[in-house]
Parts: sequence; C-alpha cells; structure tokens
Amino acid sequence: MKKWLQKGRFLSLFAMLALLLMGCGDPTLSTLIPQGEVADKQFQLMLISISIMILVLVVVFVLYAFVLLKFRKKKGDNSTPKQVEGNHMLELLWTVIPILLLIILAVPTVMRTFEFSADAKPASKNELSIKVTGHQYWWEFEYPKEELITSQELVLPADTKVHVELSSADVIHSFWIPSLAGKTDTNPGDKNKNYMWFDTGSKTDVVYKGKCAELCGASHALMDFKVRVVSKEDYKNWVAGYKAADDKSSANADGQQVFEKNCLSCHAVGQNGGNTGPSLTGFGDKDRVAGILEHDKENLKKWIKDPQEVKPGNNMPKVNLSDEEIDAVSDYLLGLKLK
Amino acid sequence: MATHESHKKRSGLMDWLTTVDHKKIGILYLLAGGFFFLIGGLEAVLMRIQLMEPDSKIFTGELYNQLLTMHGTTMIFLAAMPIIFGFMNAIVPLQLGARDVAFPYVNAVGFWLFFFGGVLLNLSWFLGGAPEAGWTAYAPLSTVAEDTGVDFYVLGLQIAGAGTLAGGINFLVTIINMRAPGMTFMRMPLFTWASFVTSGLILFAFPALTVGFFLLMFERVFDANFFNPDMGGNILIWEHIFWIFGHPEVYILILPAFGIISEVISTFSNKRLFGYSAMVFATVLIGFLGFMVWVHHMFTVGLGPVANSIFAVATMAIAIPTGVKIFNWIFTMWGGQIRFSTAMLFAVGFVPTFVMGGVTGVMLSVPAADYQYHDSYFVVAHFHYVIVGGLILGLFSGLYYWYPRMFNRVLNETLGKWNFWLFFIGFHLTFFPQHWLGLMGMPRRVYTYMSGQELDGANFVSTIGAILMGAGTVVLLINIIISASSKYATTKDPWDGRTLEWSMPVPTPEYNFAQTPLVRGLDALYVEKTAGNGAMTPAEPVGEIHMPNGSILPFILSLGMFISGFGFIYSNWYVAGAGLGLVLITMFLRSIIDDHGYHIHKEEVEADIKGGRA
Repeated sequence: MKKWLQKGRFLSLFAMLALLLMGCGDPTLSTLIPQGEVADKQFQLMLISISIMILVLVVVFVLYAFVLLKFRKKKGDNSTPKQVEGNHMLELLWTVIPILLLIILAVPTVMRTFEFSADAKPASKNELSIKVTGHQYWWEFEYPKEELITSQELVLPADTKVHVELSSADVIHSFWIPSLAGKTDTNPGDKNKNYMWFDTGSKTDVVYKGKCAELCGASHALMDFKVRVVSKEDYKNWVAGYKAADDKSSANADGQQVFEKNCLSCHAVGQNGGNTGPSLTGFGDKDRVAGILEHDKENLKKWIKDPQEVKPGNNMPKVNLSDEEIDAVSDYLLGLKLK
Repeated sequence: MATHESHKKRSGLMDWLTTVDHKKIGILYLLAGGFFFLIGGLEAVLMRIQLMEPDSKIFTGELYNQLLTMHGTTMIFLAAMPIIFGFMNAIVPLQLGARDVAFPYVNAVGFWLFFFGGVLLNLSWFLGGAPEAGWTAYAPLSTVAEDTGVDFYVLGLQIAGAGTLAGGINFLVTIINMRAPGMTFMRMPLFTWASFVTSGLILFAFPALTVGFFLLMFERVFDANFFNPDMGGNILIWEHIFWIFGHPEVYILILPAFGIISEVISTFSNKRLFGYSAMVFATVLIGFLGFMVWVHHMFTVGLGPVANSIFAVATMAIAIPTGVKIFNWIFTMWGGQIRFSTAMLFAVGFVPTFVMGGVTGVMLSVPAADYQYHDSYFVVAHFHYVIVGGLILGLFSGLYYWYPRMFNRVLNETLGKWNFWLFFIGFHLTFFPQHWLGLMGMPRRVYTYMSGQELDGANFVSTIGAILMGAGTVVLLINIIISASSKYATTKDPWDGRTLEWSMPVPTPEYNFAQTPLVRGLDALYVEKTAGNGAMTPAEPVGEIHMPNGSILPFILSLGMFISGFGFIYSNWYVAGAGLGLVLITMFLRSIIDDHGYHIHKEEVEADIKGGRA
C-alpha cells in the first residue's frame, strides 16, 4: 500500500492536500494531525478519498461553469435549441469512469476495514489490553493484567499497541480519541461487546483529548476524557504508584473522615470503596474535575456542592455537606497523589 | 349509477376540512409543511445561537437535546415529506392527465393523519417537554427516558407515518392506473417518475418504521423488553430497524427533488431532458440500492469487517447512478438557452451543492475513515449538504416554478433572487466550515464545546450563516404575503412549459381536464406546441364528469387517532379506547354510507370551455 502510494502520481496532489489539511485544529484533538499507526492510516484513507473526490469536483465544476456562461439566453435570440435525446458514448463514459474511480477507492477501503477490524486476540508481550466501560457521563478504564481500574484519564505507554474491549453500563456511548484512532461504540449488553485496537504513537508526555461521540443524554457534550501517553519507563512507575496508592495517601484526616462517611460507597480510592462512581485514586494528579472543569479547589468545591449544575443529568447526588466539610474533603481529594 | 343529487357545495373553512380535491390537499400539505418548516428552522437557529461561542449557557443539557431531536424530526417528517407530498398532490395528477388521484378519500385521510400526528408531536413542548433522544431515538436512551417526550415522539410519528404510507400507496395506484391515453411510462415527466419511485420506497420502508415504533411503544407503554439487554433484549434491533427505514427515507426525500430539478432545468434551458431513459433508470436504481446500504449508518456499531465492507461497496455504487444524473443535467443545459428565473437559480445552485454533498457521501462510505467521521460535525455537514443543499433548494425551486399553477400568481422575481442569494450564501457559510469542525474533533449533538480546542472560529461563522439562511426564508415569507395580497392572475403558462400541467387555464378547473388529453410524446405540451397546435388534442368528446364528494370523515378519523395517541401517552385506557372507538365509528360510517359522488353535466363543462375556464 505504502509503496503504491509513493510511486503513484497522486503524490504531488497528496502533498498539497496534506499541507492544506495538516495543522488544522488542536494537535491533541484533530484527526488531521494524526498520531500513531491507526490514526495515520485513517488519515491516509481520507487523503486518498479526498483526492479522488476533488478530481471529480474539479471536472464537474469546470464543465458546469462553462455551460452556465456559454449557453445563457441572449437577448433577441428566439431560435429553438436542438432537442437532443442523449449520447450513448458520453453516457457510457460518465458511467465507466466513476466505476473505475470507485474501484481504486474500494481496494484500500476493504483492506483497511479488515486491518482495523475487531481484534479479540489476547495482547502479546509488548502489547496492552484495556477494558473501557462508558457510564453516564464518565469513562471507566480497567487494566486486567495490571489489575487496576482508573477513570476519566487513560494512562498509556508510548509506541505500544493497545487492545480495547468496549462495553457500556447504561446507554450507548462511543469511544473516540481523534488523534489516535477513530471511534467505536460502547454497547450495553454482553452480546454486543466491541473490540478495537490502536497505537499510542511515539510522542511522550502528551495528553490527548477523548470524546463521547454518541448522544447519551443531557451531559453528552461534557463526557470528555484524557489520554496521557508517557514513556514506557514512566508507565511502569505509574502502574506501581497506582497499585500502591491507598486512601491514606492524602494527609487531610478531617477530609478523609468526610470522604469515608459520604463518598466511599460509590467512589473507590485504592482498594477501598464502591464502583458505581469513578475511582478517585490519584485524584490530585488528574487533569480535570468531573472531566471538564479546570483542576483546582474552587471547581472541585463547586462540583461537590451541586453536581447537577456542572453536569446536568449525571448520577452523582447532591450530598448534604456543610461548607467546612466540602472544604475538607476537597483538600483531601486534591491531596490524593501517586508516589 | 347515482347522479349528483347528493352533492353539497361547502365554503370557507368547512370546504378545506372536507376537501378531497388533490389540488386543495396539495395546498394544505404545503401550508402545514411550510409551518413546520418554520418551526424546525427556528429550532436550528436557536441551536446555532447556543453554539456561536464556546461555553455558552443559553440552551443547555436536556433542553438542547430536545431542540436537536425536534429539529431533525420536524424537518424530516413534518416539513420535508409533507412539502414533497404537497407538490406530488398538486402536480402529479396534472402531469398524468388525470382528474384526481386514484383514492381521493384516502388522500384526505393521509393528510389529516400527518397533520394530527405532527400537532401531537409538537404539543410535547407544552406538556412536560419534547423528546430528547435524537431523531434516531436509539435504545436504550429512548427507552429509559422517564418523561413523556419520547412517548409523544413515538405516537405522533406513528400516526403521521400511517398518513404517509396511505399517501404513498395512493400515488403508486394513481401513477399506474390514471395515466391519460398515450401517457406511457416512458413518456412520464421526471417529477412523476420520481414520485412513483418515492412512493414505492415509502411502501417498503415505512412498514419497517411502523414495526419499530410499535416495539418502542410497547417497550415504553407496556414495559416490553425488546431492547433491554438485562432481559434478553438487544439494543441493536432498534438501530437496524430504524436504518432499514432510515436510509430509504433519505432517497424518499431526495428523489422528488431530483424530479423537480429535471423539470426546471429542462424548461428553463428550453431543451428536452438529456438522456431521459438513463435518468429514469438511474432513479429506479437509486431507489433499489437505497435498501442495500443501511449499515453505513452503523459502521462503528461493531458488525465486523465483512458486513462493513459489503455495505461500503454497495454505498459507493450509489454514486454511479447519481453521477449519471448530474452529467445529464449539465448536458441538458448544454446547447440550450438558459433563462435565470428564480426557479432556475435554485436549480443551478442545487447541482454543485448536491455534488459536494455526494462526494462527502462517498468519503463516508469508507468504513475505516468513517470511524473518524462518524457522529462528528463532518456528518452533520454532509447530510445538510444533501438535504438542505439538495432537497430544500429543490423544493424552493419547485415552489417558484409551480406557484403560478397552485396559487394563480407568480412570485416576485426580485424578492426571489434575494431569497436565493441570502439562503444560498448562508447555507454554504453555515455548513462548509462544519466539515472542518468534524475533522478537527468536534462530535455532533453536543450543546457546548470548551474554548481552547480551536473550534471557536468555524462555529462562529456557521452561526452567522444560519442567520443568513433565516433571513432568506423571511424574504420568501414576505414574497408569499405580498403575492397573496395581490389579485394578479397569471397567464396559464408563464414559463413556456413543456408538460401537461401548463396546458389548462388558471385557475385550474375543479375537474382538471374538460376532456382527457391525448399524449403524443415526451414533454406532451411541447410536442403540441412544436406541431403548431398550442393546445392538447382531446382524447374524448365533452361529456359528464364524475366527481367525488367531500367528506368530514377523514378529519374525524384522524382526530380519533390523535385522541387515542394522548390516551397511550398518559396510559389512560379510557381516552385511548374512546379515540380508537371514534376511528372505528368513522370507518363504519364510511363503509355504510353509499356515496357515489356527483356528476358535472356536459352543459356546464361546455359553458366552462366557452368561457375560457376549462
């Protein structure tokens, strides 16, 4: 495929298009600035199809402009134009040429469709497996081999193939990291589990933006997540730190008490706590509060005080806490840092 | 046979409520569809205002989801389809040389069912909130929603859909059976051909939707579990059923627009349609392939590479007949004498815009790349290019073209040009940047986006465009209001038309043709014009004309469905039963009342002909 592309005469058009499209958008969000193998190949497919289509557009538009300019009715000309029934040669031409163009497009299409298809094989040694579960309106990431569960922030080693199993705890969501790979739906029900894979690319210490791409309720727009790609070394450290973390990793005793009394039944820290809400292990290191707000104490207090105000329709109840308690528990949570 | 003793002349409102005349039903469809078009457009502008700037808080969360659901649902089911039916009603019988549709009574039933279904759906705004699960109403989002919004959606659309199905069957029978002598299939104008294929698609696609709505209704009203995975159901059943209907629906919408464009381009280029038979076969082929491609809406659902590849290639195949149409339109203009009236301007704007929507369609058919496009603003841009840039420009073109035939007045051309340019420029300004928004990572159906993602500029431009489109529509409204207050009657054939609908005087007589015309070729009227006749040759002597009586029963039947809809929504079985009872009573009355219609006597027809009224 690559060789064909390099040899093909599409090359110059490709370079122009790539220049035109590349660099459009946010480098951690745009599909036009692809990172890693999958997003890269998807971008190439876009370029192939856009090239063919621009060819079609140019032919049609030039012809059309000519016709509109040439054959407008002139004042005083009352002659009757020749009534033409058709032209077999022309009609054959504009049937056959599109068929050929579509065959050119269909070959890489089918190839890539199989290449990116559900890949349920267990990951080999250097590969990583994760399970993604969509919730209204947050993401749960499980690392089965490493035996840990995180939420909202997916930490991955660079240059690694990641196998993903996708499902949902409630309605349909769609897991999308535009910079790294196209989306796949997370369906509720065991029968409709989905599988995909992607490659994390060579950049390290970069945070890609992830989105939910299927309407899932009132806060669909706010169901963002982050993908932090780090060096393999840092990844190992992160796993070790995450596993070692417990609910005493924060030094705020008052806050811890409030947390254990009011929050632990839904939210886990380390090995303790429930799993109906996102795990808060290492919360102090995260990028966002509730996936969307700037990561600071003001926002955390705002969120705890009235979750519905921030993310309408989400399942976190408004817990009856005094201002002091909210203050303490916020300090506690922000103190939850990995070693 | 009974004569006309039982005929009552009604006037005013009662005339419109009881009419079974296809011309009046066409106007009713156009008015109701136009009204819903304004509501749907308003919803679109409100959404664009919310998205004008990042982190905006005007219409958020649930309310925004209600707007997006109602915008899509209203535009597809309550605006585009009825306006298409309006033109089909007003024009197809005339183009065929028929005196009415095959089943005038069913025609009225179809209209009133649509109307009451649409009213029911829109009442949800005032009764606890509109549906919020998207026009696609994917389960389980649609089944778990606790308010009554989705109930209004499913019942309202079920009732409106029944009307559409009745209308589709009616037009199939009309086009097969009611063609004038000499009007063979391969002499039918392309709009009639498109209406025929569209009606066929309705016949096969709408029952799928009806079944889907019944499942969804049973799930919501009677706690069934078709889509509930915890009880052995499967959410994908809904997605499949919806798109098995939903993709043909796209062609149900676009084919009539193709038909309108074919008529307008041919008329205003003063040339017969280039490659007529290829155009007909392309229309049929597009309709057929339309049923083979529904999975391209579901590439990311996880159906596997085999299914995705097959449906990808099938989708690409549709580009071929569509391309044939584009080139045939261009070559119809080739060598012609193009007159740029407003109708033609809209048609001329249609062609390149639709080509752009078409090429992004081919791009979307590549599954691996679609993983990036799917459910992003790229898709929003694509389908608005085909539906607004295709269908709506086509409908505007048809409105300016047929307005003299339907309303006996020509719309003002200067205002028409303002309408076109504002709408056309606004359209591209709105939707062209959305391609980029999608590629830059903006998902669709989001009520907000954060700043700092480089999405601000394109969103701002898009909103400005939407306001221009709104301004264009307002100009159209002004144009209609001005024309309505003028008494100016047009000549019967203002555009130098080629087809039968331009052959009778204005206003069109109640019975359309005093004598059924004899059709002697494609572009029947043009054939007579070049033969020096200037008028159609009659195929029969002047005689008695049999006409159907009007009836209030279609209105009451639909009212019964409307009432029962409320009953099901609020699980009140007395109301539901009363509504259905009313439906049964009207059906019973319709069956036992022996109504043979009435006759217009030969003398009256002769008087009309003499007075230039027929």
